[in-house]
Amino acid sequence: MFRSLAPPEYLATIDRVKCIRCKRCIQNCGWGVYSWGGDKVLIDTFKCVKCLRCYHYCPEEAIEIKDNPTRFKQNAYWGYNNIRNIKKQAETGGIPLTGMGSDLPYTILFDNLLIDACQVTNPSIDPLREPMELRTYLGKKPSSVKIEKGKDGKLKLAEPAPPQIKLEVPIIFSPMSYGSISLNAQKVLATAARECGIVMNTGEGGLHEDLVPYRKNIIVQVASGRFGVNPDYLNAGVAVEIKIGQGAKPGIGGHLPGEKIPLEVAKTRMIPVGTDALSPAPQHDIYSIEDLRQLIYAIKEATNYKPVSVKIAAVHNVAAIASGIVRAGADIVYLDGFRGGTGAAPSIIRDHLGIPIEHALAAVDDRLRQEGIRNEASIIAAGGIRSSADVAKAIALGADAVGIGTAALITMGCTTCGKCYTGNCSWGITTQRPELTARLDPEVYAERLINLIHAWTHELKEILGALGINSIESLRGNRERLRGVGLDSFTLDILGVKPAGR
Amino acid sequence: MNHNYQKDISGCGLTGLISRKRRRVSGSHIVKSLCLMTDRGNGLGAGYAAYGIYPEFKDFYAFHIMYDEPSVRRTVEDVLKASYHIEKIEEIPTSPVKTIPISPLLVRYFVEPLKEKLVGDVEESDFVVSTVMRVNSEIEGAYIFSSGKNMGAFKGVGNPSDIAEFFRIGEYEGYIWTAHTRFPTNTPGWWGGAHPFTLLDWSIVHNGEISSYGINKRYLEMYGYKLTLLTDTEVAAYLLVLLIRRHGLSIPVACSALASPFWKNIDRMDEGEREALTALRLTYGSALLNGPFSILFGHSRGLVGINDRIKLRPLVAAIKDDVTYMASEESAIRAICPSPEKVWAPRAGDPVIVDLED
Repeated sequence: MFRSLAPPEYLATIDRVKCIRCKRCIQNCGWGVYSWGGDKVLIDTFKCVKCLRCYHYCPEEAIEIKDNPTRFKQNAYWGYNNIRNIKKQAETGGIPLTGMGSDLPYTILFDNLLIDACQVTNPSIDPLREPMELRTYLGKKPSSVKIEKGKDGKLKLAEPAPPQIKLEVPIIFSPMSYGSISLNAQKVLATAARECGIVMNTGEGGLHEDLVPYRKNIIVQVASGRFGVNPDYLNAGVAVEIKIGQGAKPGIGGHLPGEKIPLEVAKTRMIPVGTDALSPAPQHDIYSIEDLRQLIYAIKEATNYKPVSVKIAAVHNVAAIASGIVRAGADIVYLDGFRGGTGAAPSIIRDHLGIPIEHALAAVDDRLRQEGIRNEASIIAAGGIRSSADVAKAIALGADAVGIGTAALITMGCTTCGKCYTGNCSWGITTQRPELTARLDPEVYAERLINLIHAWTHELKEILGALGINSIESLRGNRERLRGVGLDSFTLDILGVKPAGR
Repeated sequence: MNHNYQKDISGCGLTGLISRKRRRVSGSHIVKSLCLMTDRGNGLGAGYAAYGIYPEFKDFYAFHIMYDEPSVRRTVEDVLKASYHIEKIEEIPTSPVKTIPISPLLVRYFVEPLKEKLVGDVEESDFVVSTVMRVNSEIEGAYIFSSGKNMGAFKGVGNPSDIAEFFRIGEYEGYIWTAHTRFPTNTPGWWGGAHPFTLLDWSIVHNGEISSYGINKRYLEMYGYKLTLLTDTEVAAYLLVLLIRRHGLSIPVACSALASPFWKNIDRMDEGEREALTALRLTYGSALLNGPFSILFGHSRGLVGINDRIKLRPLVAAIKDDVTYMASEESAIRAICPSPEKVWAPRAGDPVIVDLED
């Protein structure tokens, strides 16, 4: 076989003195890097993705995965990945695929925003002593309420309020379908969502029967492939999401290869075993905003008016699009920035289409306020939320809640190696190979994800306390409590944020 | 550039009283109460609001206008004449005070909107609000700082006793009084920035810093309010006006929106009340006033005192006969009412609501 001229990215090495030939590395690697050579472990380093599964499971600490020091000649213009992709395309004629969000060094606006704190003129609040409220409701809010005094002298609502999704923390798990991730990974999300009082999203892969008990913490998704959609499915969760686009691959569809469609996935998606599951680029019954309105109301009719979310990728004209979505009747607008993750996307699309969530969020929140319809829908911001600081900054820019996908997967072992599309994930997350998915114990890993949400909850409370506010709604859209560092005046204007020092 | 604002930060002292039987009380009482709290102000702003002071013009809106430049007076009066019948124009009576060498030109107008200007279903009060907004945001150097009926605000840069002497507060008699002394940490040194802040017959005095200011402001802007004053007090005033006057909430319900009960308390309520307060909180989340504050707000039918949700600023109340007193400090009350029947510190977020008898 012709040996690839694209050099290996990583060098998997074994310290032969330390190695006890236990073969755990062979067993653990989903990529086939290691094999048994009769008297020692052989290494095919071309296959290594640096997911570090072998490293963690080597009992002798004999394994080291190095970045390959052999690089192409250094060139400030022709970067390593430019040359490497051309070589790969020359060999295959194909589109290089990738997983996860874009890793290119575009400016990260979150890292150029700093949060305020109290000194002297207003007291900061200690979250260990005082109540600190993070509870958030997603859904359409009326612009005013009518409250009357009942005969018993107690207050009561004169008109029923629109349905809401209650979150104890302003965080949800982003849509990741069964098929793109394993059932065990979905179980981790569902278990943690229930424990933390938040929600997960099925993604476009239907709802496996094992997840039905978690329905109060599940949003079901309807996307262009309509996999697994039927009336029971639509009514199975607390809300329905129509997926128009994804931040990592705006404007293009999805392709789950037949290799990732075993019986259970096929049943859940309602397609034959082993067939490719193709999600078309557009939804073929939505070619315009009025078509979207029809689907939103069709779903509302089918679900007795549960909240409907519409997920879009952050693109240049996102503010006007979001305004149209709200006017079309959506209760939630889910904005996915270009850093958002994916199970599989052409890297050229992932790395070059869309805009960052920070710009998109600020623009959408502004537009909805200018049009006086901000209360008509909640905004979920997603696409690269890495920490509770990102959560706080997104909420201050105007989000009601944030979606996290990659961060949740990292608690399951993910190292953002970006090879989700191969179906070989050694951590049992983005694979359907039974010997790999079996290693992701839902109970064990749910604990880790719950820990993460609890940790971020504590951190958010500390941030609110430092800001001198005791409720998340006083941070939402409160850009006065953010300052920009090293941002140009245009960007500051778009974000609606003053520079530090002002 | 809808984010280009600077928030004024200040600490303060406030005091107020109401006679439920509408007995008109001389302004000298409230001046004495306010002047006791010397540590709470630094001489950079004081003011008074009084209800029932213009009985002979009680059906007319009393516009108190300050002109930085006498030349703008003409412009404003042309605007007023185009839309209002003007019953009376006079300069607000003042006395010379040594410590206040310079003051804006202060004129009051008793007016009523011309009937033919109220086209369609525009309410008279909305019409007046739009005039106030327009003058204050569009006419440089003119500022309508009081616009209610049978009430008025008097305020400026100076310490409480000098401002009282300047405006001859002791000569007015009212059945509701509120007063305020400021301790600004940064000040534009502008007379309009002093409290009380008023719109129609609503007046606010406020001690505190509203940490949720940014979102409160953006929320109000969604409803067409223009925030021109650079103070968070303005936010509190407009929120009350929006919730009570435009959205029709009762005063106690509006107070529950601005200083809402904690979820843990709402969760414990009966179903009906829980639903009502949940809906209230999620509808008015952006109107929640978060951060330390105590506020007195007066209106044509009564006086309300309210604290933030965890009582980060002081507020004391007392009752004697038909008069209810509220102030930052008990001593400010005892200065004018040495032996009240009842003195108490209202709980965090629990409003003290006093209505005038009819």
